[in-house]
Amino acid sequence: MKLRLYFLVVIFLAATCAVLAASSSRWDHVPAKDHARANPLAGSPDSVSAGELIYRDHCLQCHKENAAGDGHKKPALRSPRMRSATDGDIEWFLRQGDLGHGMPSWSNLPQAQRWQLVTYLRSIQ
Amino acid sequence: MPTQSLKGSLLSNPFGLGLLVALFFVFGPAPALQSQEKPYFITYSQDLEEPGNLEIESKTTLGQPEDANRFGAMNVEFEYGVLAWWTTELYLDGQTTADESTLFTGFRLENRFRPLMREHFINPVIYVEYEDINGADKMLLEVVGHDGQADLSEPNDEARKEQKHEAELKLILSSNVKDWNISENFIAEKNLNHSPWEFGYAAGVTRPLRSLASAKPCAFCLEKFIAGVEAYGGLGDTDSLTLADTSHYIAPIIGWQLPRGRLSFSPGFGLTSTSLDRVYRIGLSFEINQFGSYFRAGKGGA
Repeated sequence: MKLRLYFLVVIFLAATCAVLAASSSRWDHVPAKDHARANPLAGSPDSVSAGELIYRDHCLQCHKENAAGDGHKKPALRSPRMRSATDGDIEWFLRQGDLGHGMPSWSNLPQAQRWQLVTYLRSIQ
Repeated sequence: MPTQSLKGSLLSNPFGLGLLVALFFVFGPAPALQSQEKPYFITYSQDLEEPGNLEIESKTTLGQPEDANRFGAMNVEFEYGVLAWWTTELYLDGQTTADESTLFTGFRLENRFRPLMREHFINPVIYVEYEDINGADKMLLEVVGHDGQADLSEPNDEARKEQKHEAELKLILSSNVKDWNISENFIAEKNLNHSPWEFGYAAGVTRPLRSLASAKPCAFCLEKFIAGVEAYGGLGDTDSLTLADTSHYIAPIIGWQLPRGRLSFSPGFGLTSTSLDRVYRIGLSFEINQFGSYFRAGKGGA
């Protein structure tokens, strides 16, 4: 009887964690300092072009042409989720990656190139 | 040299054949893609292969021990990104020594894991390798224990008789600070035939020559070049944990990001009497985009 009760409690906690994880936005984890960070290259036409080249070199293979994603694990980058993010959120996410879900960290790109990529991603929303 | 004999000599020599394969990779038809890894030859950084990608890299090591013949060692590495935090790699090694012979010296299997899923100021990577090589291997992919010139001077027909089954562990610590990469490796290697543990180190710093990317495609833009320096050497073994009779090198490095891969070069300079005076390294890599998808029918290939 006691064992069954423990089992039910564990199931309940696991389900609660899963629901909480699913309902929280990816951007909720971004530190306030990074969230508020402004893109120094925002709106620059050269940065859009350079960002597109960076996208082609590094992101296209997974996120596909027009950032449409592959319909499976590699998400579209023209999405309400992207539109809800600040430039700082996106730069932070590029730097961090999400290794557990297949997204490499792009901390090895110079920061200026990450901002150029953010500028391009903004331009296609 | 007549064309026919040039072709014949290229195809009959394994290094010539390797050069032809490398030229095909660089100039042949293939999807454009840039590798994200640094041009280090010895040091490892936190960079892993992108999941699903296969990088094929050829590295050449050229040197001459004191009072011994010049050698050129070459390997081919197949590096595959299994997951974003796990990269696996197979090396095939060979060498040719002037006035002696050309031979295949063995293989290595390595795995690198990133235990932490987030980016930190210092990012650890765990490296585990098994080597099945013979004593004639001259790639110098790591310098450990009391490795020195004497190990490279033994004639091939003698050295090849020694078969080495070795396990190697590395703790890789790496940071990307602004546009700089700073990496340190701590190496422990054990010949499984009752030999002592041998220790070594490697450390490197690199930086792209320009941070901003160009707005137009270009091959010779400064941001396509990464420069840096690496240092590596032995730290003795469990029988003799001392720096006496150990080899140490310092080596500037330059890497050029090609449209389909990377070309890198490093002249290394020995710092102790047991080190080679100079060792030259050349690397050429090519990356196949989403190689894994070719084997997953119906998942939409690359």
